[in-house]
Amino acid sequence: MSLKEQLENLQQKSLQDIQKVVDLDALNQIRVEVLGKKGPITEVLRGMRDLSNEERPKVGAFANEIKRDLAQAIEARKAELEAKKVATQLAHETLDVTLPGQPVKKGTPHVLTQVIDDLEDLFIGMGYQVVAGYEVEDEKHNFEMLNMPANHPARDMQDTFYITDDLLMRTHMSPNEARDLENHDFANGPIKMISPGRVYRRDTDDATHSHQFYQMEGQVIDKNITMADLKGTLEYTIHHIFGEGRDLRFRPSYFPFTEPSVEVDIACFRCNGKGCNVCKQTGWIEVLGAGMTHPNVLKAGGVDTEVYGGFAFGLGIDRFAMLKYGVDDIRNFYLNDVRFLNQFTQEG
Amino acid sequence: MKVSYRWLKDYLALTTGPAALAEKITRTGIEVAEVTQMSAGLKKIVVGHILSCEPHPDSDHLNICQVDVGQDEPFQIVCGAPNVTTGQYVIVALPNSRIADNVKIKKGKMRGVVSMGMICGLQEIGFADSVVPKEYVDGIFVFPEAIEPGTEVYEALGMNDDIIDLDLTANRADALGMHGVAHEVAAIESLTPHFENIVVTESDVQTADQLTAQVADEQLAPSYHLRMLQNVTVQPSPMWLQTRLWNAGIRPINNLVDVTNYMMLTYGQPLHAFDADALMGDHKQIEVRLAKTGEKLTTLDEGEHDLTNEDIVITDGHQPIALAGVMGGLNSQITADTKNMIIEAAVFAPTAVRKTAQRHNLRSDASSRFEKGVNVADVQTALDAAAAMMTDLGNGQVTAGTVSPTNLVPTDKVIEIEADRINRVLGTEIATQTIVELLERFGFGVVNTDNHLTVTIPPRRWDIEIQADIIEEVARLYGYDNLPSTLPTGDMTTGALTTEQKALRQTRHTLEGAGLTQAISYALTTPEKARQFTLVDSALTVLDWPMTQDHAHLRMNLITGLLDDAAYNVARKQTNLALYEQGRVFLKQAKAQVRPTEIEYVAGLMSGERQIKTWQTTAVPVDFYTIKGVVERLMATYNLTAAVDYRPTQDYPEMHPGRTAAIYVGEQLVGFVGQVHPAVAKEYHLKETYVFQLDLAQILALPTSSVTAKPAPKFPEITRDIAIQVADQVSNAAIVSAIKAKGGAYLCSVELFDVYAGSHIDAGKKSLAYTLTYLNESATLTEEEVNLAFEKVVAELVATFDAKIR
Ligand SMILES: [Zn+2]
Repeated sequence: MSLKEQLENLQQKSLQDIQKVVDLDALNQIRVEVLGKKGPITEVLRGMRDLSNEERPKVGAFANEIKRDLAQAIEARKAELEAKKVATQLAHETLDVTLPGQPVKKGTPHVLTQVIDDLEDLFIGMGYQVVAGYEVEDEKHNFEMLNMPANHPARDMQDTFYITDDLLMRTHMSPNEARDLENHDFANGPIKMISPGRVYRRDTDDATHSHQFYQMEGQVIDKNITMADLKGTLEYTIHHIFGEGRDLRFRPSYFPFTEPSVEVDIACFRCNGKGCNVCKQTGWIEVLGAGMTHPNVLKAGGVDTEVYGGFAFGLGIDRFAMLKYGVDDIRNFYLNDVRFLNQFTQEG
Repeated sequence: MKVSYRWLKDYLALTTGPAALAEKITRTGIEVAEVTQMSAGLKKIVVGHILSCEPHPDSDHLNICQVDVGQDEPFQIVCGAPNVTTGQYVIVALPNSRIADNVKIKKGKMRGVVSMGMICGLQEIGFADSVVPKEYVDGIFVFPEAIEPGTEVYEALGMNDDIIDLDLTANRADALGMHGVAHEVAAIESLTPHFENIVVTESDVQTADQLTAQVADEQLAPSYHLRMLQNVTVQPSPMWLQTRLWNAGIRPINNLVDVTNYMMLTYGQPLHAFDADALMGDHKQIEVRLAKTGEKLTTLDEGEHDLTNEDIVITDGHQPIALAGVMGGLNSQITADTKNMIIEAAVFAPTAVRKTAQRHNLRSDASSRFEKGVNVADVQTALDAAAAMMTDLGNGQVTAGTVSPTNLVPTDKVIEIEADRINRVLGTEIATQTIVELLERFGFGVVNTDNHLTVTIPPRRWDIEIQADIIEEVARLYGYDNLPSTLPTGDMTTGALTTEQKALRQTRHTLEGAGLTQAISYALTTPEKARQFTLVDSALTVLDWPMTQDHAHLRMNLITGLLDDAAYNVARKQTNLALYEQGRVFLKQAKAQVRPTEIEYVAGLMSGERQIKTWQTTAVPVDFYTIKGVVERLMATYNLTAAVDYRPTQDYPEMHPGRTAAIYVGEQLVGFVGQVHPAVAKEYHLKETYVFQLDLAQILALPTSSVTAKPAPKFPEITRDIAIQVADQVSNAAIVSAIKAKGGAYLCSVELFDVYAGSHIDAGKKSLAYTLTYLNESATLTEEEVNLAFEKVVAELVATFDAKIR
């Protein structure tokens, strides 16, 4: 056998051994045996000294080529075996990914708070301030300054929780409009405010009445505020809460503190305007009352009606939440059954 | 106000149908609740003529009637009504007919006798009890005149009229009469209403000779008018009048009373009729005055009333005969025997009428109109129209002249306004001529002088008083739908939450992040619950006239609300609870304080398991340290300058005396945390329950420190652990503060990592273990430096607490 043949045989055998080997230690042993200084290739190359000067470099080059091929084959086999080893280990680590995860506790904001926060953020974005006021109000701010003088039917005892002749639980959020008018200095710019909060009525609690509920009032007073501005603001608000596509109806109404006044209806959620039990067959659901601030209210707040005017609006937070989420009993909001509260997890 | 479409057509040449008209009315200013037709859903209900009526052989109350229903042969119908008799024209529901509430009538047998349908009362075909004439309430209805048998009944009963139900706002009392409605619809439809001229034929007898009248104080009845009728005949009204009344929701009574009600519906002017012969004294007189305390009156509804000196009464000079504007007295009512009568048309003081109606629980169609005002221009007209119609329907003679002790002369109102102002308020560019036309459609007089408008308002629209009212009239007729939609422009404003508002939101978010769900409870509660768990002494604020005793006192704490919520949940088997509430309490700390101070608080409640059992973990119950951890985390978010300190307290009787900590910031008490006293928890049917309550307003007013960034330490920390055995009474806080006091400059933290008591430990002792961490921010610490510092701590603990180092 020529040296070259010996080398070729060696290559064949080694390649077979490499393919057959199944663990990394054995592979390493082959590497040491085949490519090491005492290995067969080195051994074969010892016979080179018998070769001619012409043949010697050729065989040498051939031997190096074989060495390189075998080294590559070993590396490839090593990678293969390592991948297999990892795969085996990972297979051992397999979990039932359908088992439940560890519960992470997160409390839920009350749905009424969610509606309020949403509205606050909307109006803050339009440059409004948020005003809190007092839950225990006086007659002056709750009624008198809002164009409801003494003996006005709205001031009757039956609807209001009085504490003294002068003090009462506020029946709406409008007192804060009166307070704002009273305190505002137009040198600091126009009034743009909203006021969400808790109000009280002398009512018997049932599915649609509550002696305590939430309202939000808002007002804008400046030099050139128009009813068109009111309409645009209300459309923007209602579409934000109830969705863009919903039909709206603006109809004239009456409130002591605005003139002209308007009530806004939205197309019924259930029947979309055809008429059903929810909308009492009218196709419409009332959601909001508003109007241009009555001159008597401005005057009571010390505002020059020749220069300034504006609008005010009021909406029921509970009513909004009931309509938006299909809640059919207002008492749910105040009984705090955790199963009721925790369903409103979407936040915003 | 129920408006008959047919009646409206008497005044207006309407072309728009009822449903479309209703929508237009709603969009122009008066909300229509619904449009109904009483005949809707009814089928095969006809007039029958009872030819004979024999008692049923097997019944003591049934009759067998042969009824002509317009067919070839009479129908045999068994009838149980007590008032059925031969010759009557009645309502018959034929076999396969449909009556009220979608009930189907079939041919059947009653006690063995075939019955071809049913003879009906008005209620059975959909009438409300309250409008059925009294004589027919308990039986079948009998037509007062002959009608062709077999004719459908709807026309004769007014049931195929469309009734438009107006939901009137308090300012639109002008539409509480058909004339007012006609004016409104005329404006909407650009029509001109036409009203009948009233002509009263008077006898030679002078009213003033028969009757005198006086009004004690003009304020009580600023306009007061009486007419007299003699020799009237009381009888049922004709069908056209009865149907108009019941379609408007009013029960027909007799021709005289019906006319007063009809005129109220026509003009919005309530009228009252007295039996003149019931007045006491030889000389008939009427006096309007305030009642005297002690006077009594029995009203038409037979209610007895003790009058007060705020009630306006009509008297005959001897005794009250009516509550002015509210209800007549039984003693002077029109009866079947009335011969001579007095009709009253007046304007009464609105507030007095409202209060009287409330005081005596007698809200009536009349009182609700007087409360809101009436058209002063139609007071005499309504009186004349009533007198004229009464002579038509009840014979009799109207005596000459009206007795009017007071009288209001109706005057027009004039409002000046620039057309430009209207456009500026509405945000529109409506041409002046268009504005003029819109106002003229209401029947207002308008003079346009270079876009300056002089608008003349007739007395029938007493709600129009100022420029803003004129602007509204223009806007609503122009159409709110036609207004442009814009957003306010002008000087920029910045919108932002205040620091306090942000802190309130942050408080909520922190607690929610800690697993607590927000509750909103009632602020009005019982005196007991209002007083429990108060942080500071405070007097109670009480409602003057509550609805129920359960909600009569303003809360002074937030915890009882949460306990109620917890009880509600536990009763529904929801026992793992983590709730918080953020809201106000109402405190009166100063003796003379009337108006309570409203203070923002936050409170939390936890009970049951803080960690539920899962396939990986065991259940862990809520304990003191669970809720304290929540409070610590919350307090950390406020970045308070002073340290937060938890001190054992027994100051709160509703709290567990050994498991409650008062929370101090520096030396300021801001709240407490701990376990609800088991006895109190039991009152709420609760087991082990933990709560906290913080005075947020106080906390948010405390000085805060802002964070100044430091780089992460460049040099390594060195730690030392120490376990010590001390007496049970020694508190962790005392040990930590001793360690810190002697820890040296490099001690940067002390962490408790173990607490142990039990076997291996002497009785009355406990073992605590801490990790002390040392750090020099500017150089690497040496072991020697740390050892030196640590030994000082050890020595201090041994000296101060008699600690045994373990
Ligand atoms: Zn609907």
